Amino acid sequence: MLPVSHYLILSLALFIIGVVGVLTRRNVIVILMSIELILNAVNINLVVFSRLYGDAAGQAFAVFIITDAAAEAAVGLGIIIAFFRNRETVLADEMDLLKW
Amino acid sequence: MTHGLQELLKAVLASPYTLPVIYGVVIVAVLPLVAGYVVLVERKVMADMQARLGPMRVGPHGLLQPIADAVKLLLKEDIIPEKADVWIFWLAPLVSVTAGMLALAPVGIGPAFQIARDINVGILFVAGISSLGIFGIVLGGWASNSHYSLMGALRSAAQLVSYETAAGMALVSGLLLGGSLQIRALVEEQAKQGVWFVALAPVAFFIYLVASIAETNRAPFDLPEAESELVAGYMTEYSGFRWSLYFLAEYANMMVVGSVATTIFLGGWLRPFAGVGGAAGTALDCLPGALLLGVAGYCLYRAPKQPVAVQKLVMVAVAGLCAALAAALLAPVFVAQALWMKPGIHGAFWFLLKVGGYIYLFMWLRFTLPRYRFDQLMRLGWYFLIPVSIVNVMGIGIALVLHWERGMHLALALGLTTLMTLAVAGVLVRAELKREEQLRQGAAGDAYAG
Amino acid sequence: MLDKVIFYFFAAIAVGSALLMITRRSAVHSAIFLTTTLLATAGIFLQLRAEFLFIVQIILYVGGIMVLFIFVIMLVNLDVAAQQIQYSRQKWVALALALALAGQVGAMLWRAGKLPGQGLLVRGVPAAESLPPNAEAVARSLFGPYMLSFEIASLLLLVAMIGAVVMAKKKV
Repeated sequence: MLPVSHYLILSLALFIIGVVGVLTRRNVIVILMSIELILNAVNINLVVFSRLYGDAAGQAFAVFIITDAAAEAAVGLGIIIAFFRNRETVLADEMDLLKW
Repeated sequence: MTHGLQELLKAVLASPYTLPVIYGVVIVAVLPLVAGYVVLVERKVMADMQARLGPMRVGPHGLLQPIADAVKLLLKEDIIPEKADVWIFWLAPLVSVTAGMLALAPVGIGPAFQIARDINVGILFVAGISSLGIFGIVLGGWASNSHYSLMGALRSAAQLVSYETAAGMALVSGLLLGGSLQIRALVEEQAKQGVWFVALAPVAFFIYLVASIAETNRAPFDLPEAESELVAGYMTEYSGFRWSLYFLAEYANMMVVGSVATTIFLGGWLRPFAGVGGAAGTALDCLPGALLLGVAGYCLYRAPKQPVAVQKLVMVAVAGLCAALAAALLAPVFVAQALWMKPGIHGAFWFLLKVGGYIYLFMWLRFTLPRYRFDQLMRLGWYFLIPVSIVNVMGIGIALVLHWERGMHLALALGLTTLMTLAVAGVLVRAELKREEQLRQGAAGDAYAG
Repeated sequence: MLDKVIFYFFAAIAVGSALLMITRRSAVHSAIFLTTTLLATAGIFLQLRAEFLFIVQIILYVGGIMVLFIFVIMLVNLDVAAQQIQYSRQKWVALALALALAGQVGAMLWRAGKLPGQGLLVRGVPAAESLPPNAEAVARSLFGPYMLSFEIASLLLLVAMIGAVVMAKKKV
């Protein structure tokens, strides 16, 4: 049987990759995708601990996180479309006006 | 040496992975052939409905046409557009075809032939994996770098996302009645209740039928590949082998939705009147064999009338094949030693017959109905099918609660809630008709509206 | 043995395509690699016998969210964005910070391994035979103690749907 630490390290790796993506990329769509990756890394932790303790509550929380990710993607992509329509760009550092 | 080989063979046979692997290889190997013959049947049905003969040249009555088509497709030049995104262009058809085939894994073709037997989420697995096929379509359309392809891909994405909801809700109705996600448990529940769920949830079956046609991009919902508007939609830039992969994926998807509908609504591998035993049961068990014997006899009768000697031979061979199948179907009924094979063989026959009937329904609709306009398609999905399917799920839930908690007869409760659903559907249809009437009156004043 | 092979196979795919995801220039390529990562994670869920979550991951994440992403990428013309500089000015600081975070959590994991009895990190996950049917277990949890959270989640989805429609509408 695989020890839990293997799963935790995998989850950590995915999480850090997601953080690097959020912090370094300029394209908002890729930033949004990196956030999805971070949420996904959290899910691995929840599932492996749910399995470890034999309690399905962890998986129920993973379902909630996926729901959250769906909501976030829908709103985020809606914002991106609206933004692109107004400014013709998807680069994060050009989103520098409070109102236009 | 032979001893070691025997040991190895024994170990392989005892392994729980052997049978599923064999079944998987069989499915992957047979599916292209089956798809080819479904195309032939489709062309023949189309020809029949249009009072033509259809393919007649290759083999007797065009029986070898699929093989000729396959050879032609494999030998064709494989063109990749210059500005295409090469590796996505290369990957996309593979995604489609893989999703279509993988979705067949937990499908039970008869009680004996099922690859992923214990998967806990059976029907969800089929629905979920087959929905991955959309990636192949969208990516293929995007990677071709062509306007027609991109338009087809966008239409396809919108269409699939819209109709997936309605199809899912229809499946939920069946799952509520069956009380499980596992395919085996669903079929056994239908055997226990002695009724196919299509009789208990006719509205759900209808919604699933419409949504599954839309999901497989078949006429009258074939807008993603509408040849008169978009050349061939997302497949415009594809040719040769890659194009045939898309084609294979489309037919695999038809089989997948047919299998899902059969499993949930049409009793899976159960015989009609599965509970009937005795002499009547034996007579029903003889039916498949008798049917095939009839086909064999007809082939023999037609054989001398074929123009070429080779065609006569092929016809006799087909008759022999049918007779052998009939023998395999009849033997377990009459020979006691072969009785153990009966559920597997007869289950597979009935399952395939039902899936075939479902696919025939697809063809029939394709040749009967004209294509929808895109806004009509979206309206049908969002303003009619999704609301009705949600009301239907609620209705079936209410009926089940009435049955379990209040002891009301299940048929009565379901009948009442079905009437409720139909009333809601009627209201929606009336609203839609009114809207169209208003549009028409508005358009009458505008000479250029069209 | 088979369990280990499956885990390392999917883990390698997940990490590899995640790395590719954040480095690709074209957003469509990024989306494909993210999809691969998500599918590999679904494989790991299956390896953990979380069948329900495996299929939820595929239907919702891959079949829903990623299709939405690709759809938006096609609606939004990204040819210009793909020509420009991909990384922001603070990339080196950000990378250093992220690596520091990784080091911190990694050190925590390493120190947890040195606790008496080595903590829970070396405990293997229990055998598959002792598990109840997964879909039922999750449903009991979702509709039992977490019923309220479930309803709140559906409310969240409703709000997000309205929000997305309002955002993407041409003229408000």
